[in-house]
Amino acid sequence: MRVLALVLALVMTLTRGTTPKRIVSLIPAVTEMLFAIGAGPQIAAVSSFDTFPADVKKLPRVGALIDPDVEKILSLHPDLVVVFSTQTNLREQLARAKIPTYVYSHAGLSDVFTTMREIGARAGRERAADELARTVESRIDALRTRVATQPKPRTLIVFDREKLALRGIYASGGVGFIHDMVAAAGGDNVFSGVKQQAVQATAELILARRPEVILELRADPLDAAARVKEIGVWNTLSSLPAVRSSRVYLIADQRTVVPGPRVAEGVELIARALHPEAFK
Amino acid sequence: MTTSLGRRLMTTTAGFGTLAAIAIVASPLVGSTHISLARAFSRSVPFGENPDAQIFFIARLPRTLAGAVVGSMLAAAGVVFQALLRNPLATPFTLGVSAGAALGAMLAITFGWSFAVLGMAAAPVASLLGSIAAVGIVYALARARRHGLSTNVLLLAGVTMNAFFSALILFVQYFADFSQTYRILHWLMGDLDVSSYGPILTALPLIAISVAVFAWLARPLNLLSLGSESAATRGLDVPRAQRAAFFSASLATGAAVSVGGPIGFIGIVVPHLVRLMVGPDHRLVLPASALFGAAFLIACDVVARTILAPKR
Repeated sequence: MRVLALVLALVMTLTRGTTPKRIVSLIPAVTEMLFAIGAGPQIAAVSSFDTFPADVKKLPRVGALIDPDVEKILSLHPDLVVVFSTQTNLREQLARAKIPTYVYSHAGLSDVFTTMREIGARAGRERAADELARTVESRIDALRTRVATQPKPRTLIVFDREKLALRGIYASGGVGFIHDMVAAAGGDNVFSGVKQQAVQATAELILARRPEVILELRADPLDAAARVKEIGVWNTLSSLPAVRSSRVYLIADQRTVVPGPRVAEGVELIARALHPEAFK
Repeated sequence: MTTSLGRRLMTTTAGFGTLAAIAIVASPLVGSTHISLARAFSRSVPFGENPDAQIFFIARLPRTLAGAVVGSMLAAAGVVFQALLRNPLATPFTLGVSAGAALGAMLAITFGWSFAVLGMAAAPVASLLGSIAAVGIVYALARARRHGLSTNVLLLAGVTMNAFFSALILFVQYFADFSQTYRILHWLMGDLDVSSYGPILTALPLIAISVAVFAWLARPLNLLSLGSESAATRGLDVPRAQRAAFFSASLATGAAVSVGGPIGFIGIVVPHLVRLMVGPDHRLVLPASALFGAAFLIACDVVARTILAPKR
Protein backbone atom coordinates (compact mmCIF):
# COMPACT_ATOMS: atom_id res chain seq x y z
CA MET A 1 0.00 0.00 0.00
CA ARG A 2 2.74 2.37 0.99
CA VAL A 3 4.80 1.43 -2.03
CA LEU A 4 1.82 2.03 -4.29
CA ALA A 5 1.27 5.48 -2.81
CA LEU A 6 4.94 6.28 -3.28
CA VAL A 7 4.91 5.15 -6.90
CA LEU A 8 1.76 7.18 -7.52
CA ALA A 9 3.28 10.26 -5.98
CA LEU A 10 6.42 9.77 -8.05
CA VAL A 11 4.44 9.39 -11.27
CA MET A 12 2.43 12.49 -10.45
CA THR A 13 5.44 14.64 -9.77
CA LEU A 14 7.09 13.33 -12.91
CA THR A 15 4.11 14.11 -15.13
CA ARG A 16 3.53 17.44 -13.46
CA GLY A 17 7.15 18.37 -13.69
CA THR A 18 7.43 18.00 -17.46
CA THR A 19 5.99 20.84 -19.50
CA PRO A 20 4.81 19.63 -22.90
CA LYS A 21 6.91 21.06 -25.71
CA ARG A 22 5.28 19.30 -28.64
CA ILE A 23 1.54 19.85 -28.38
CA VAL A 24 -0.79 18.68 -31.14
CA SER A 25 -4.16 20.47 -31.04
CA LEU A 26 -7.10 19.11 -33.00
CA ILE A 27 -9.40 21.86 -31.71
CA PRO A 28 -9.11 25.36 -33.23
CA ALA A 29 -10.53 27.02 -30.10
CA VAL A 30 -7.85 25.40 -27.93
CA THR A 31 -5.13 26.29 -30.44
CA GLU A 32 -6.21 29.92 -30.11
CA MET A 33 -6.07 29.64 -26.32
CA LEU A 34 -2.55 28.19 -26.40
CA PHE A 35 -1.32 31.02 -28.61
CA ALA A 36 -3.06 33.61 -26.45
CA ILE A 37 -1.29 32.41 -23.30
CA GLY A 38 2.08 32.38 -25.01
CA ALA A 39 2.28 28.62 -25.51
CA GLY A 40 2.35 29.02 -29.30
CA PRO A 41 5.99 27.89 -29.62
CA GLN A 42 5.05 24.65 -27.81
CA ILE A 43 2.60 23.66 -30.57
CA ALA A 44 3.84 21.02 -33.01
CA ALA A 45 0.77 20.64 -35.22
CA VAL A 46 -2.82 21.81 -35.57
CA SER A 47 -6.10 20.61 -37.13
CA SER A 48 -7.04 21.07 -40.77
CA PHE A 49 -9.56 23.78 -39.80
CA ASP A 50 -7.21 26.08 -37.89
CA THR A 51 -6.86 29.57 -39.40
CA PHE A 52 -6.15 31.77 -36.37
CA PRO A 53 -3.74 33.20 -35.37
CA ALA A 54 -1.74 33.63 -38.57
CA ASP A 55 1.17 31.63 -37.07
CA VAL A 56 -0.80 28.40 -37.52
CA LYS A 57 -0.26 28.62 -41.28
CA LYS A 58 3.32 27.46 -40.80
CA LEU A 59 2.36 24.43 -38.70
CA PRO A 60 1.70 20.94 -40.03
CA ARG A 61 -1.93 19.76 -40.27
CA VAL A 62 -3.04 16.46 -38.80
CA GLY A 63 -6.72 16.15 -39.76
CA ALA A 64 -9.65 16.94 -37.49
CA LEU A 65 -12.69 15.46 -35.76
CA ILE A 66 -13.63 12.82 -38.34
CA ASP A 67 -10.30 12.23 -40.02
CA PRO A 68 -7.42 12.56 -37.57
CA ASP A 69 -4.19 11.40 -39.21
CA VAL A 70 -2.93 9.07 -36.45
CA GLU A 71 0.27 8.17 -38.27
CA LYS A 72 1.22 11.79 -38.73
CA ILE A 73 0.35 12.61 -35.13
CA LEU A 74 2.56 9.76 -33.86
CA SER A 75 5.40 10.71 -36.23
CA LEU A 76 5.54 14.15 -34.63
CA HIS A 77 6.35 12.61 -31.21
CA PRO A 78 3.84 14.80 -29.35
CA ASP A 79 3.90 15.04 -25.58
CA LEU A 80 0.29 16.29 -25.38
CA VAL A 81 -2.58 15.85 -27.84
CA VAL A 82 -5.77 17.89 -27.53
CA VAL A 83 -8.67 15.71 -28.73
CA PHE A 84 -12.45 15.80 -28.85
CA SER A 85 -14.22 13.69 -26.24
CA THR A 86 -15.97 11.76 -29.03
CA GLN A 87 -12.72 10.68 -30.71
CA THR A 88 -12.67 7.40 -28.81
CA ASN A 89 -10.61 5.46 -31.36
CA LEU A 90 -7.92 8.10 -31.46
CA ARG A 91 -7.89 8.35 -27.67
CA GLU A 92 -7.38 4.59 -27.38
CA GLN A 93 -4.56 4.65 -29.91
CA LEU A 94 -2.83 7.51 -28.13
CA ALA A 95 -3.26 5.77 -24.79
CA ARG A 96 -1.62 2.67 -26.25
CA ALA A 97 1.24 4.85 -27.45
CA LYS A 98 1.45 6.34 -23.93
CA ILE A 99 0.89 9.84 -25.22
CA PRO A 100 -0.97 12.10 -22.78
CA THR A 101 -4.18 13.73 -24.02
CA TYR A 102 -6.34 16.65 -23.04
CA VAL A 103 -9.98 15.75 -23.70
CA TYR A 104 -12.14 18.61 -24.89
CA SER A 105 -15.90 18.87 -25.37
CA HIS A 106 -18.15 21.67 -26.58
CA ALA A 107 -20.21 23.08 -23.72
CA GLY A 108 -21.31 26.40 -22.23
CA LEU A 109 -19.57 29.79 -22.16
CA SER A 110 -18.29 29.28 -18.61
CA ASP A 111 -16.67 26.03 -19.75
CA VAL A 112 -14.57 28.06 -22.18
CA PHE A 113 -12.81 29.59 -19.16
CA THR A 114 -12.48 26.22 -17.45
CA THR A 115 -10.86 24.84 -20.60
CA MET A 116 -8.59 27.89 -20.75
CA ARG A 117 -7.36 27.37 -17.18
CA GLU A 118 -7.02 23.60 -17.55
CA ILE A 119 -5.05 23.74 -20.79
CA GLY A 120 -2.98 26.55 -19.29
CA ALA A 121 -2.10 24.32 -16.34
CA ARG A 122 -1.23 21.43 -18.65
CA ALA A 123 0.95 23.67 -20.83
CA GLY A 124 2.75 25.08 -17.79
CA ARG A 125 1.27 28.53 -18.18
CA GLU A 126 -1.19 28.58 -15.33
CA ARG A 127 -0.74 32.28 -14.51
CA ALA A 128 -1.08 33.52 -18.08
CA ALA A 129 -4.17 31.34 -18.61
CA ASP A 130 -5.81 32.59 -15.44
CA GLU A 131 -5.07 36.18 -16.45
CA LEU A 132 -6.49 35.62 -19.94
CA ALA A 133 -9.64 34.01 -18.52
CA ARG A 134 -10.13 36.92 -16.14
CA THR A 135 -9.67 39.51 -18.90
CA VAL A 136 -12.11 37.82 -21.27
CA GLU A 137 -14.63 37.22 -18.48
CA SER A 138 -14.51 40.84 -17.36
CA ARG A 139 -14.91 42.07 -20.96
CA ILE A 140 -18.02 39.93 -21.29
CA ASP A 141 -19.30 41.16 -17.92
CA ALA A 142 -18.81 44.75 -19.07
CA LEU A 143 -20.84 44.04 -22.21
CA ARG A 144 -23.50 42.36 -20.11
CA THR A 145 -23.82 45.49 -17.95
CA ARG A 146 -23.82 47.73 -21.00
CA VAL A 147 -26.90 46.06 -22.50
CA ALA A 148 -28.54 45.27 -19.16
CA THR A 149 -31.06 48.10 -19.37
CA GLN A 150 -32.03 47.35 -22.97
CA PRO A 151 -35.18 45.33 -23.73
CA LYS A 152 -34.23 41.72 -24.55
CA PRO A 153 -35.55 40.80 -28.02
CA ARG A 154 -36.80 37.27 -28.58
CA THR A 155 -34.06 35.95 -30.84
CA LEU A 156 -33.83 33.03 -33.23
CA ILE A 157 -30.19 31.97 -33.45
CA VAL A 158 -29.50 30.13 -36.70
CA PHE A 159 -26.12 28.51 -37.13
CA ASP A 160 -26.80 26.44 -40.20
CA ARG A 161 -29.21 26.06 -43.10
CA GLU A 162 -29.20 25.28 -46.80
CA LYS A 163 -27.86 28.05 -49.02
CA LEU A 164 -30.50 30.43 -50.38
CA ALA A 165 -33.37 28.43 -48.90
CA LEU A 166 -35.19 28.07 -45.60
CA ARG A 167 -34.50 24.36 -45.42
CA GLY A 168 -32.48 22.24 -43.03
CA ILE A 169 -32.43 25.04 -40.46
CA TYR A 170 -30.40 24.34 -37.34
CA ALA A 171 -30.96 26.77 -34.50
CA SER A 172 -29.33 27.05 -31.10
CA GLY A 173 -31.24 25.48 -28.24
CA GLY A 174 -31.02 26.59 -24.62
CA VAL A 175 -27.59 25.11 -23.86
CA GLY A 176 -24.14 25.71 -25.30
CA PHE A 177 -21.77 28.62 -25.65
CA ILE A 178 -23.64 30.23 -28.56
CA HIS A 179 -26.83 30.41 -26.50
CA ASP A 180 -24.80 31.82 -23.59
CA MET A 181 -23.05 34.39 -25.82
CA VAL A 182 -26.37 35.69 -27.15
CA ALA A 183 -27.75 35.83 -23.61
CA ALA A 184 -24.71 37.87 -22.53
CA ALA A 185 -25.26 40.17 -25.51
CA GLY A 186 -28.81 40.88 -24.33
CA GLY A 187 -30.85 38.48 -26.47
CA ASP A 188 -33.59 36.08 -25.37
CA ASN A 189 -33.24 32.80 -27.29
CA VAL A 190 -36.66 31.64 -28.59
CA PHE A 191 -35.52 28.05 -28.04
CA SER A 192 -34.07 28.59 -24.56
CA GLY A 193 -36.57 26.02 -23.24
CA VAL A 194 -35.16 23.26 -25.44
CA LYS A 195 -32.35 21.71 -23.43
CA GLN A 196 -30.04 20.72 -26.26
CA GLN A 197 -27.37 22.53 -28.27
CA ALA A 198 -29.02 22.21 -31.70
CA VAL A 199 -32.69 22.38 -32.64
CA GLN A 200 -33.89 21.35 -36.09
CA ALA A 201 -36.26 24.23 -36.71
CA THR A 202 -39.10 23.73 -39.18
CA ALA A 203 -40.90 26.65 -40.81
CA GLU A 204 -43.91 26.00 -38.55
CA LEU A 205 -41.80 26.03 -35.40
CA ILE A 206 -40.20 29.35 -36.37
CA LEU A 207 -43.52 30.94 -37.34
CA ALA A 208 -45.02 29.81 -34.03
CA ARG A 209 -42.13 31.19 -31.90
CA ARG A 210 -42.42 34.64 -33.54
CA PRO A 211 -38.81 35.86 -33.06
CA GLU A 212 -38.25 39.62 -32.93
CA VAL A 213 -34.70 39.18 -34.14
CA ILE A 214 -33.18 36.56 -36.42
CA LEU A 215 -29.47 36.20 -35.86
CA GLU A 216 -27.49 34.06 -38.28
CA LEU A 217 -24.01 33.20 -37.12
CA ARG A 218 -21.48 31.52 -39.37
CA ALA A 219 -17.74 31.16 -39.61
CA ASP A 220 -17.12 31.65 -43.32
CA PRO A 221 -16.88 35.21 -44.64
CA LEU A 222 -19.55 36.39 -47.06
CA ASP A 223 -19.46 39.24 -49.58
CA ALA A 224 -22.02 42.05 -49.42
CA ALA A 225 -24.14 40.89 -52.37
CA ALA A 226 -24.37 37.32 -51.10
CA ARG A 227 -25.28 38.61 -47.64
CA VAL A 228 -28.19 40.66 -49.02
CA LYS A 229 -29.42 37.61 -50.95
CA GLU A 230 -29.17 35.30 -47.94
CA ILE A 231 -30.99 37.74 -45.67
CA GLY A 232 -33.68 38.22 -48.34
CA VAL A 233 -34.55 34.52 -48.12
CA TRP A 234 -36.29 35.22 -44.81
CA ASN A 235 -38.84 37.53 -46.49
CA THR A 236 -41.00 34.46 -47.21
CA LEU A 237 -41.91 34.40 -43.51
CA SER A 238 -43.23 37.94 -43.65
CA SER A 239 -45.43 37.60 -40.58
CA LEU A 240 -42.38 37.28 -38.30
CA PRO A 241 -41.77 40.42 -36.26
CA ALA A 242 -38.06 40.13 -37.09
CA VAL A 243 -38.76 40.26 -40.82
CA ARG A 244 -41.35 43.02 -40.52
CA SER A 245 -38.99 45.28 -38.60
CA SER A 246 -35.96 44.30 -40.74
CA ARG A 247 -34.10 42.82 -37.79
CA VAL A 248 -32.53 39.88 -39.59
CA TYR A 249 -28.77 39.96 -39.01
CA LEU A 250 -26.15 37.74 -40.57
CA ILE A 251 -22.78 37.83 -38.85
CA ALA A 252 -20.19 35.92 -40.84
CA ASP A 253 -17.32 36.03 -38.39
CA GLN A 254 -15.36 33.23 -36.75
CA ARG A 255 -15.33 35.07 -33.45
CA THR A 256 -19.05 34.41 -32.92
CA VAL A 257 -18.78 30.64 -33.41
CA VAL A 258 -15.34 29.66 -32.04
CA PRO A 259 -15.36 29.16 -28.26
CA GLY A 260 -11.84 30.48 -27.82
CA PRO A 261 -10.21 33.57 -26.31
CA ARG A 262 -11.98 35.82 -28.83
CA VAL A 263 -15.47 35.05 -27.45
CA ALA A 264 -15.69 38.49 -25.87
CA GLU A 265 -15.23 40.07 -29.31
CA GLY A 266 -17.92 37.70 -30.57
CA VAL A 267 -20.29 38.76 -27.81
CA GLU A 268 -19.59 42.40 -28.70
CA LEU A 269 -20.39 41.78 -32.40
CA ILE A 270 -23.70 40.20 -31.38
CA ALA A 271 -24.48 42.90 -28.82
CA ARG A 272 -23.84 45.62 -31.41
CA ALA A 273 -26.28 43.94 -33.79
CA LEU A 274 -28.95 43.43 -31.13
CA HIS A 275 -28.55 46.79 -29.35
CA PRO A 276 -26.96 49.43 -31.61
CA GLU A 277 -28.35 52.15 -29.27
CA ALA A 278 -26.18 50.93 -26.41
CA PHE A 279 -23.01 51.56 -28.42
CA LYS A 280 -23.64 55.13 -29.51
CA MET B 1 -64.11 -8.53 -68.77
CA THR B 2 -63.35 -4.93 -69.72
CA THR B 3 -66.45 -3.61 -68.03
CA SER B 4 -65.63 -5.43 -64.83
CA LEU B 5 -62.10 -4.01 -65.03
CA GLY B 6 -63.56 -0.58 -65.67
CA ARG B 7 -65.77 -0.89 -62.62
CA ARG B 8 -62.93 -2.17 -60.45
CA LEU B 9 -60.72 0.66 -61.67
CA MET B 10 -63.45 3.15 -60.76
CA THR B 11 -63.99 1.77 -57.27
CA THR B 12 -60.25 1.41 -56.65
CA THR B 13 -59.35 4.93 -57.72
CA ALA B 14 -62.39 6.32 -55.91
CA GLY B 15 -61.42 4.50 -52.72
CA PHE B 16 -57.73 5.38 -52.74
CA GLY B 17 -58.48 8.84 -54.16
CA THR B 18 -60.75 9.58 -51.20
CA LEU B 19 -58.02 8.40 -48.85
CA ALA B 20 -55.46 10.70 -50.51
CA ALA B 21 -57.92 13.61 -50.52
CA ILE B 22 -58.67 13.15 -46.82
CA ALA B 23 -54.94 13.08 -46.07
CA ILE B 24 -54.31 16.25 -48.08
CA VAL B 25 -57.19 18.13 -46.45
CA ALA B 26 -56.64 16.87 -42.90
CA SER B 27 -52.85 17.11 -42.70
CA PRO B 28 -52.56 20.93 -42.79
CA LEU B 29 -55.08 21.08 -39.92
CA VAL B 30 -52.70 19.42 -37.48
CA GLY B 31 -49.25 20.45 -36.38
CA SER B 32 -47.02 21.23 -33.46
CA THR B 33 -48.75 24.54 -32.82
CA HIS B 34 -52.37 25.47 -32.45
CA ILE B 35 -53.66 27.83 -35.13
CA SER B 36 -57.05 29.43 -35.62
CA LEU B 37 -58.47 28.35 -38.99
CA ALA B 38 -60.91 31.26 -39.01
CA ARG B 39 -57.98 33.61 -38.74
CA ALA B 40 -55.91 31.66 -41.24
CA PHE B 41 -58.59 32.06 -43.91
CA SER B 42 -59.70 35.53 -42.88
CA ARG B 43 -59.29 38.08 -45.64
CA SER B 44 -59.53 41.04 -43.34
CA VAL B 45 -56.00 40.51 -42.04
CA PRO B 46 -53.23 41.05 -44.62
CA PHE B 47 -51.20 37.88 -45.25
CA GLY B 48 -47.99 39.49 -44.08
CA GLU B 49 -49.49 40.20 -40.65
CA ASN B 50 -51.26 36.90 -40.23
CA PRO B 51 -49.14 34.25 -38.50
CA ASP B 52 -51.95 31.69 -38.57
CA ALA B 53 -52.28 32.04 -42.33
CA GLN B 54 -48.50 31.84 -42.73
CA ILE B 55 -48.27 28.68 -40.65
CA PHE B 56 -51.06 27.17 -42.74
CA PHE B 57 -49.92 28.31 -46.19
CA ILE B 58 -46.13 28.47 -45.81
CA ALA B 59 -45.33 25.76 -43.27
CA ARG B 60 -48.06 23.13 -43.54
CA LEU B 61 -49.62 23.22 -47.01
CA PRO B 62 -46.36 23.06 -49.03
CA ARG B 63 -45.18 20.29 -46.73
CA THR B 64 -48.38 18.33 -47.29
CA LEU B 65 -48.21 18.82 -51.05
CA ALA B 66 -44.54 17.83 -51.06
CA GLY B 67 -45.52 14.67 -49.15
CA ALA B 68 -48.26 13.94 -51.70
CA VAL B 69 -45.98 14.43 -54.69
CA VAL B 70 -43.00 12.55 -53.25
CA GLY B 71 -45.14 9.72 -51.85
CA SER B 72 -47.11 9.12 -55.02
CA MET B 73 -44.11 9.33 -57.34
CA LEU B 74 -41.90 7.01 -55.29
CA ALA B 75 -44.74 4.49 -54.87
CA ALA B 76 -45.58 4.51 -58.59
CA ALA B 77 -41.90 4.30 -59.53
CA GLY B 78 -41.56 1.36 -57.15
CA VAL B 79 -44.37 -0.47 -58.96
CA VAL B 80 -42.77 0.20 -62.35
CA PHE B 81 -39.28 -0.92 -61.28
CA GLN B 82 -40.63 -4.09 -59.65
CA ALA B 83 -42.40 -4.99 -62.90
CA LEU B 84 -39.53 -3.96 -65.16
CA LEU B 85 -36.91 -5.87 -63.17
CA ARG B 86 -39.35 -8.70 -62.36
CA ASN B 87 -38.09 -8.49 -58.82
CA PRO B 88 -40.26 -7.85 -55.76
CA LEU B 89 -37.26 -6.35 -53.92
CA ALA B 90 -36.75 -3.59 -56.46
CA THR B 91 -37.22 -0.03 -55.22
CA PRO B 92 -36.98 3.32 -56.99
CA PHE B 93 -33.43 3.48 -55.64
CA THR B 94 -32.23 0.05 -56.80
CA LEU B 95 -30.80 1.35 -60.06
CA GLY B 96 -28.63 4.04 -58.55
CA VAL B 97 -30.96 7.02 -59.01
CA SER B 98 -30.86 7.99 -55.35
CA ALA B 99 -27.12 7.43 -55.02
CA GLY B 100 -26.57 9.69 -58.04
CA ALA B 101 -28.92 12.26 -56.51
CA ALA B 102 -27.14 12.05 -53.16
CA LEU B 103 -23.76 12.52 -54.84
CA GLY B 104 -25.07 15.60 -56.67
CA ALA B 105 -26.51 17.13 -53.50
CA MET B 106 -23.34 16.34 -51.61
CA LEU B 107 -21.12 18.02 -54.20
CA ALA B 108 -23.34 21.11 -54.04
CA ILE B 109 -23.18 21.20 -50.24
CA THR B 110 -19.49 20.41 -49.87
CA PHE B 111 -18.24 22.82 -52.50
CA GLY B 112 -20.70 25.49 -51.41
CA TRP B 113 -22.43 25.97 -54.75
CA SER B 114 -24.81 28.81 -54.23
CA PHE B 115 -27.44 29.40 -56.88
CA ALA B 116 -31.17 29.02 -57.20
CA VAL B 117 -33.09 27.84 -60.27
CA LEU B 118 -36.82 28.58 -60.35
CA GLY B 119 -37.18 28.53 -56.60
CA MET B 120 -35.01 25.44 -56.20
CA ALA B 121 -31.78 25.77 -54.24
CA ALA B 122 -28.44 24.41 -55.40
CA ALA B 123 -28.61 21.07 -53.57
CA PRO B 124 -31.93 19.88 -55.10
CA VAL B 125 -30.90 21.02 -58.58
CA ALA B 126 -27.59 19.21 -58.25
CA SER B 127 -29.39 16.12 -56.95
CA LEU B 128 -31.61 16.12 -60.03
CA LEU B 129 -28.56 16.38 -62.31
CA GLY B 130 -26.85 13.62 -60.31
CA SER B 131 -29.80 11.29 -60.73
CA ILE B 132 -29.93 12.00 -64.48
CA ALA B 133 -26.22 11.17 -64.74
CA ALA B 134 -26.69 7.93 -62.81
CA VAL B 135 -29.63 6.90 -64.98
CA GLY B 136 -27.64 7.68 -68.13
CA ILE B 137 -24.68 5.57 -67.03
CA VAL B 138 -26.84 2.62 -65.95
CA TYR B 139 -28.77 2.74 -69.22
CA ALA B 140 -25.60 2.88 -71.29
CA LEU B 141 -24.15 -0.09 -69.40
CA ALA B 142 -27.33 -2.13 -69.74
CA ARG B 143 -27.53 -1.45 -73.47
CA ALA B 144 -23.90 -1.97 -74.26
CA ARG B 145 -24.18 -5.66 -75.10
CA ARG B 146 -27.40 -6.03 -77.02
CA HIS B 147 -30.43 -4.30 -78.38
CA GLY B 148 -33.06 -3.81 -75.70
CA LEU B 149 -32.48 -4.08 -71.99
CA SER B 150 -31.48 -7.19 -70.16
CA THR B 151 -33.10 -6.95 -66.75
CA ASN B 152 -30.23 -8.85 -65.18
CA VAL B 153 -27.62 -6.54 -66.66
CA LEU B 154 -29.77 -3.56 -65.67
CA LEU B 155 -29.96 -4.83 -62.12
CA LEU B 156 -26.23 -5.54 -61.94
CA ALA B 157 -25.37 -2.18 -63.47
CA GLY B 158 -27.70 -0.46 -61.00
CA VAL B 159 -26.31 -2.22 -57.96
CA THR B 160 -22.74 -1.59 -59.14
CA MET B 161 -23.44 2.09 -59.69
CA ASN B 162 -25.03 2.28 -56.25
CA ALA B 163 -21.85 0.91 -54.72
CA PHE B 164 -19.63 3.13 -56.86
CA PHE B 165 -21.59 6.30 -56.07
CA SER B 166 -21.65 5.44 -52.37
CA ALA B 167 -17.86 5.24 -52.47
CA LEU B 168 -17.70 8.60 -54.26
CA ILE B 169 -20.07 10.07 -51.66
CA LEU B 170 -17.74 9.04 -48.85
CA PHE B 171 -14.81 10.41 -50.83
CA VAL B 172 -16.52 13.80 -51.24
CA GLN B 173 -17.55 13.70 -47.59
CA TYR B 174 -13.84 13.71 -46.79
CA PHE B 175 -13.62 17.31 -48.01
CA ALA B 176 -16.63 18.52 -46.03
CA ASP B 177 -16.34 20.39 -42.75
CA PHE B 178 -18.53 19.84 -39.67
CA SER B 179 -21.51 21.95 -40.59
CA GLN B 180 -21.46 20.62 -44.16
CA THR B 181 -21.39 17.08 -42.81
CA TYR B 182 -24.42 18.01 -40.72
CA ARG B 183 -26.19 19.39 -43.78
CA ILE B 184 -25.33 16.30 -45.83
CA LEU B 185 -26.71 14.02 -43.13
CA HIS B 186 -29.85 16.13 -42.96
CA TRP B 187 -30.29 15.85 -46.73
CA LEU B 188 -29.79 12.08 -46.67
CA MET B 189 -32.49 11.69 -44.00
CA GLY B 190 -35.05 13.23 -46.34
CA ASP B 191 -36.99 16.36 -45.47
CA LEU B 192 -40.42 17.49 -46.58
CA ASP B 193 -40.24 20.89 -44.88
CA VAL B 194 -39.87 22.79 -48.17
CA SER B 195 -41.35 26.05 -46.78
CA SER B 196 -42.25 27.29 -50.27
CA TYR B 197 -44.01 25.98 -53.37
CA GLY B 198 -40.93 26.55 -55.58
CA PRO B 199 -39.40 23.07 -55.37
CA ILE B 200 -42.78 21.41 -55.98
CA LEU B 201 -43.60 23.62 -58.96
CA THR B 202 -40.16 23.03 -60.48
CA ALA B 203 -40.60 19.27 -60.20
CA LEU B 204 -44.14 19.37 -61.60
CA PRO B 205 -43.32 19.30 -65.37
CA LEU B 206 -41.10 16.24 -64.86
CA ILE B 207 -43.83 14.59 -62.83
CA ALA B 208 -46.44 15.38 -65.50
CA ILE B 209 -44.31 13.62 -68.15
CA SER B 210 -43.83 10.58 -65.91
CA VAL B 211 -47.54 10.36 -65.10
CA ALA B 212 -48.45 10.52 -68.79
CA VAL B 213 -46.05 7.66 -69.53
CA PHE B 214 -47.28 5.68 -66.50
CA ALA B 215 -50.84 5.92 -67.83
CA TRP B 216 -49.73 4.26 -71.08
CA LEU B 217 -47.47 1.81 -69.27
CA ALA B 218 -49.99 -0.10 -67.13
CA ARG B 219 -50.87 -2.77 -69.72
CA PRO B 220 -47.31 -3.21 -71.05
CA LEU B 221 -46.16 -3.72 -67.46
CA ASN B 222 -48.61 -6.63 -67.08
CA LEU B 223 -47.00 -8.23 -70.14
CA LEU B 224 -43.44 -7.36 -69.10
CA SER B 225 -43.88 -9.03 -65.75
CA LEU B 226 -44.47 -12.30 -67.65
CA GLY B 227 -40.95 -12.06 -69.06
CA SER B 228 -39.75 -10.38 -72.25
CA GLU B 229 -40.24 -13.40 -74.51
CA SER B 230 -43.85 -14.02 -73.54
CA ALA B 231 -44.46 -10.29 -73.77
CA ALA B 232 -43.02 -10.17 -77.29
CA THR B 233 -45.17 -13.10 -78.45
CA ARG B 234 -48.20 -11.16 -77.25
CA GLY B 235 -47.31 -8.32 -79.60
CA LEU B 236 -45.52 -5.96 -77.21
CA ASP B 237 -42.59 -3.90 -78.49
CA VAL B 238 -40.49 -5.00 -75.52
CA PRO B 239 -37.44 -2.70 -75.88
CA ARG B 240 -39.71 0.30 -76.28
CA ALA B 241 -41.81 -0.59 -73.24
CA GLN B 242 -38.67 -1.23 -71.18
CA ARG B 243 -37.17 2.09 -72.19
CA ALA B 244 -40.41 3.91 -71.37
CA ALA B 245 -40.66 2.18 -68.00
CA PHE B 246 -37.02 2.79 -67.12
CA PHE B 247 -36.93 6.47 -68.04
CA SER B 248 -40.36 7.47 -66.71
CA ALA B 249 -39.80 5.77 -63.36
CA SER B 250 -36.29 7.24 -63.11
CA LEU B 251 -37.62 10.71 -63.95
CA ALA B 252 -40.34 10.40 -61.30
CA THR B 253 -37.78 9.24 -58.75
CA GLY B 254 -35.32 12.02 -59.59
CA ALA B 255 -38.08 14.62 -59.30
CA ALA B 256 -39.32 13.21 -55.99
CA VAL B 257 -35.81 13.07 -54.52
CA SER B 258 -35.13 16.67 -55.58
CA VAL B 259 -38.18 17.73 -53.56
CA GLY B 260 -37.89 15.58 -50.43
CA GLY B 261 -34.55 13.82 -50.44
CA PRO B 262 -34.16 10.04 -50.56
CA ILE B 263 -37.18 8.74 -48.63
CA GLY B 264 -36.64 5.10 -49.49
CA PHE B 265 -39.22 2.97 -47.77
CA ILE B 266 -42.29 4.31 -49.61
CA GLY B 267 -41.21 2.75 -52.91
CA ILE B 268 -41.16 -0.78 -51.57
CA VAL B 269 -43.79 -0.76 -48.82
CA VAL B 270 -46.64 0.88 -50.69
CA PRO B 271 -46.66 -1.23 -53.90
CA HIS B 272 -46.70 -4.47 -51.90
CA LEU B 273 -49.44 -3.25 -49.54
CA VAL B 274 -51.52 -2.17 -52.52
CA ARG B 275 -50.99 -5.51 -54.33
CA LEU B 276 -52.32 -7.27 -51.23
CA MET B 277 -55.46 -5.15 -51.48
CA VAL B 278 -56.18 -4.99 -55.23
CA GLY B 279 -54.30 -7.93 -56.76
CA PRO B 280 -51.47 -7.95 -59.31
CA ASP B 281 -53.07 -6.13 -62.30
CA HIS B 282 -50.91 -3.05 -63.00
CA ARG B 283 -53.89 -1.18 -64.40
CA LEU B 284 -55.14 -1.10 -60.80
CA VAL B 285 -51.89 -1.31 -58.87
CA LEU B 286 -50.28 1.69 -60.57
CA PRO B 287 -52.97 4.35 -59.92
CA ALA B 288 -53.81 2.86 -56.52
CA SER B 289 -50.15 2.93 -55.44
CA ALA B 290 -49.73 6.52 -56.57
CA LEU B 291 -52.75 7.60 -54.52
CA PHE B 292 -52.00 5.40 -51.53
CA GLY B 293 -48.34 6.49 -51.58
CA ALA B 294 -49.45 10.11 -51.28
CA ALA B 295 -51.77 9.37 -48.36
CA PHE B 296 -49.20 7.11 -46.69
CA LEU B 297 -46.29 9.56 -46.76
CA ILE B 298 -48.51 12.45 -45.62
CA ALA B 299 -49.68 10.33 -42.69
CA CYS B 300 -46.09 9.40 -41.80
CA ASP B 301 -45.08 13.04 -41.95
CA VAL B 302 -47.98 14.11 -39.71
CA VAL B 303 -46.79 11.62 -37.10
CA ALA B 304 -43.20 12.81 -37.49
CA ARG B 305 -43.95 16.49 -37.13
CA THR B 306 -46.37 16.19 -34.24
CA ILE B 307 -44.54 13.59 -32.14
CA LEU B 308 -41.08 15.08 -32.67
CA ALA B 309 -42.42 18.61 -32.45
CA PRO B 310 -40.65 20.14 -29.45
CA LYS B 311 -37.29 18.76 -30.51
CA ARG B 312 -37.53 19.71 -34.14
